[in-house]
Amino acid sequence: MSIELGHFALVLAAALALAQSSVGFMFWRTGGRAASFVRQAAILQFVLVFASFIALIQAFVLSDFSLKLAYGYSHSLQPLIYKITSVWGNHEGSMLLWVLILTGFGAAVAWFGKKLPHDLMALVLAVQGALGAAFIMFTIFTSNPFLRSNPVPLEGRDLNPILQDIGLAIHPPLLYVGYVGLSICFSFAIAALISGRIDAAWARWVRPWALASWTFLSLGIAMGSYWAYYELGWGGWWFWDPVENASLMPWLAATALLHSALVMEKRNALKVWTIFLAILSFSLSLLGMFLVRSGILTSVHSFAADPTRGMVILAMLTVVIGAAFALYAWRASSLRSGGLFAPISREGALIVNNLFLATAVVAVMVGTLYPLLLQAINGTLISVGAPFFDLTFGILVTPLLLLIPFGPFLAWKRGDMIGVIQRLAGAAGLTLLLMIVFTIVSGGEISLATLGLLIGIWIIVGAIAEPIDRAKFGKFDFAQSWRRLKGLPKITWSTTLAHVGVGISVIGVVSVTAWETERVDSMMMNQTIELAGYTVTMVDESRRQEDNFIADKVTFKVISPLGWEDTVASEKRVYTASNQPSTEAGILTYGLSQLYVSLGDADETGARVVRLWHKPYITLIWYGFVFMAAGGFLSLSDRRLRVGVPKSARNARKKTTTSVPAE
Amino acid sequence: MAMTRKQKRLSVIFGLGLVLALATALILNALRDEIVFFYSPTELLERPELAGEAVRIGGLVEDGSWVRDGNSNVFVITDGAQLISVTYHNLLPDLFREGQGVIAEGHLVDDGTFIASNVLAKHDENYIPKEVEAALKNSGQWKGDTATDQ
Repeated sequence: MSIELGHFALVLAAALALAQSSVGFMFWRTGGRAASFVRQAAILQFVLVFASFIALIQAFVLSDFSLKLAYGYSHSLQPLIYKITSVWGNHEGSMLLWVLILTGFGAAVAWFGKKLPHDLMALVLAVQGALGAAFIMFTIFTSNPFLRSNPVPLEGRDLNPILQDIGLAIHPPLLYVGYVGLSICFSFAIAALISGRIDAAWARWVRPWALASWTFLSLGIAMGSYWAYYELGWGGWWFWDPVENASLMPWLAATALLHSALVMEKRNALKVWTIFLAILSFSLSLLGMFLVRSGILTSVHSFAADPTRGMVILAMLTVVIGAAFALYAWRASSLRSGGLFAPISREGALIVNNLFLATAVVAVMVGTLYPLLLQAINGTLISVGAPFFDLTFGILVTPLLLLIPFGPFLAWKRGDMIGVIQRLAGAAGLTLLLMIVFTIVSGGEISLATLGLLIGIWIIVGAIAEPIDRAKFGKFDFAQSWRRLKGLPKITWSTTLAHVGVGISVIGVVSVTAWETERVDSMMMNQTIELAGYTVTMVDESRRQEDNFIADKVTFKVISPLGWEDTVASEKRVYTASNQPSTEAGILTYGLSQLYVSLGDADETGARVVRLWHKPYITLIWYGFVFMAAGGFLSLSDRRLRVGVPKSARNARKKTTTSVPAE
Repeated sequence: MAMTRKQKRLSVIFGLGLVLALATALILNALRDEIVFFYSPTELLERPELAGEAVRIGGLVEDGSWVRDGNSNVFVITDGAQLISVTYHNLLPDLFREGQGVIAEGHLVDDGTFIASNVLAKHDENYIPKEVEAALKNSGQWKGDTATDQ
């Protein structure tokens, strides 16, 4: 019964979204009443979708196989956590999660944006309502999760074993929050184009949403990378798989958006470009949705192929993106840009940032879509893999990375390059010194990797140099500088954190690319092999039976170069419901480096092929993203950025007149 | 440093244009050199000039053809019309099975065997690589659409 209630709630939500959208678009000029209607509609719409999502979770948790979806992707013997995550381990359920987050963001704008001007609120939620209506109806008509089956099967078909992992609980929700959060920036951009009003205040309203989406997208991508790394057993952390690229493109665009919105907020410049990026970022999210859900790709991420669904998504994509860019082309020229600045200035640096990020998006997009286009045009099948992306993306981001430390040092409007170079000289000297020490310690070889490390260290040192320089250590006495340091605004610290994160990730990428070692060997029990100073001995093999799989577990004893003794196990599992095999890699972490063991099948003699990697400093890749996200959260916690909070001066005045804490 | 407004704008536009031009050249160049073509066994054997080039081939693993010796694997990929023997010195993916669809990336050597640097198998029960499906359809070996959908 609750399944039908959930179904009904979803249909109601679609109707409400339509009403929200039409009222918003028709009456946005009229002010208060339209705004209060769309706000209430947006919140109620979220409540309804949330109820239908709960109904779906309930059916999965209770193993109600009369629900087709639960039959297809769940199993009564699954642990509770996987019963819940199975809800979005398939196309229909993940679509509902997507819609849930979409309406959740709409409700959040309605809830937190009380101080938004009425016309802007009405328009933003009108656009958001239109998106909600489109995607809820898409879910109901082409991907309905609430269909029943009759007769009721006794047991479910179980979830793909690769997905039976805690990663499924974390990765898709994080990523969806990031993807869908960009819809708010999109809605704000469309609202600005329609109303023709766009100023620094607009940028201040949009930036927290862009920042939140970017932060979650960063975490989602990093989590996905780590999941693929430990789960797929191939030892790689990034495959340039089209679906990974589909998440990278909006991330790059959102990174650009964050930076250009900063220019707009502070200097009232780059308006047209910022609007473009806001539309582009969400369009790229939708493109990713199309790539994953249309079945034109084959990847771990693809859902079961259904051509009609693909066509519908493509049509929606065309309408949404087409309409948005048409509106942009029509209205953008009316947005006059203010704020002149010299080429060498903070604005100039942020333009350079945007330029390289945008070209990187283009490179990734070409590499991702070219095979699809070529196949559609003349049937030629090609694959564009790592070599293409390493060459294009790698070369395009290198200058960007090198320039990161300069940006925050440049003054707005007109910067002084010579002054900046002087202030960065200390950081450059320290970077070089570190590199020289490292090169001597590691054996004095200079290679491309040395250069890569240099860039990574340069970014970190340069980022840390900024707050230190601002506190004027050396110019004042220590205590005074310390006070200045503590008094720096949060945004300075969040910039530093995020840039340090970039540097950390770069070091991880460089070191694992250059110094990773690998060995594939056939091993018998008690046999020992050596890799990168580690000795690995196969010591035990056992079989265990779990509720939903049987596993052959092979245990290895590992002695590290420092003489530490550890054991690590890798498993070969067969999932009983689907009869599918799966490998669980064994990973040992030593400081920042990892030893990675992956197991093959046993042959007639009992020997097993074992694939062993030593991955120096690989964890830095993901730690870097944690730093970036921490920077994002810190910046979000900055009160000055809160949605709807007016300019700080006015805010301060208000605080003095009312004694209750503003919220 | 007294640039007029026009000069400032021109210098910015020139800089942007230069980077864009370089980026375009880079991408086009990489598109020419860094892509890998996919062939069915029949197509690959029809074009001897491709020997030594990095390509992808796809088809079904011939029943009974898989021979393992330690970490080296030899198996035959077929599209129903032609056979190619593939050698791969690494761990095969979990879902590698005889009679199933598979893609091998590598190059053809002079004696007609294919040295694979990477082997991709299907990800789940119902999945056949798109390229393999197309190759089988071309050679008339495709048996209906039942296998692709859930």
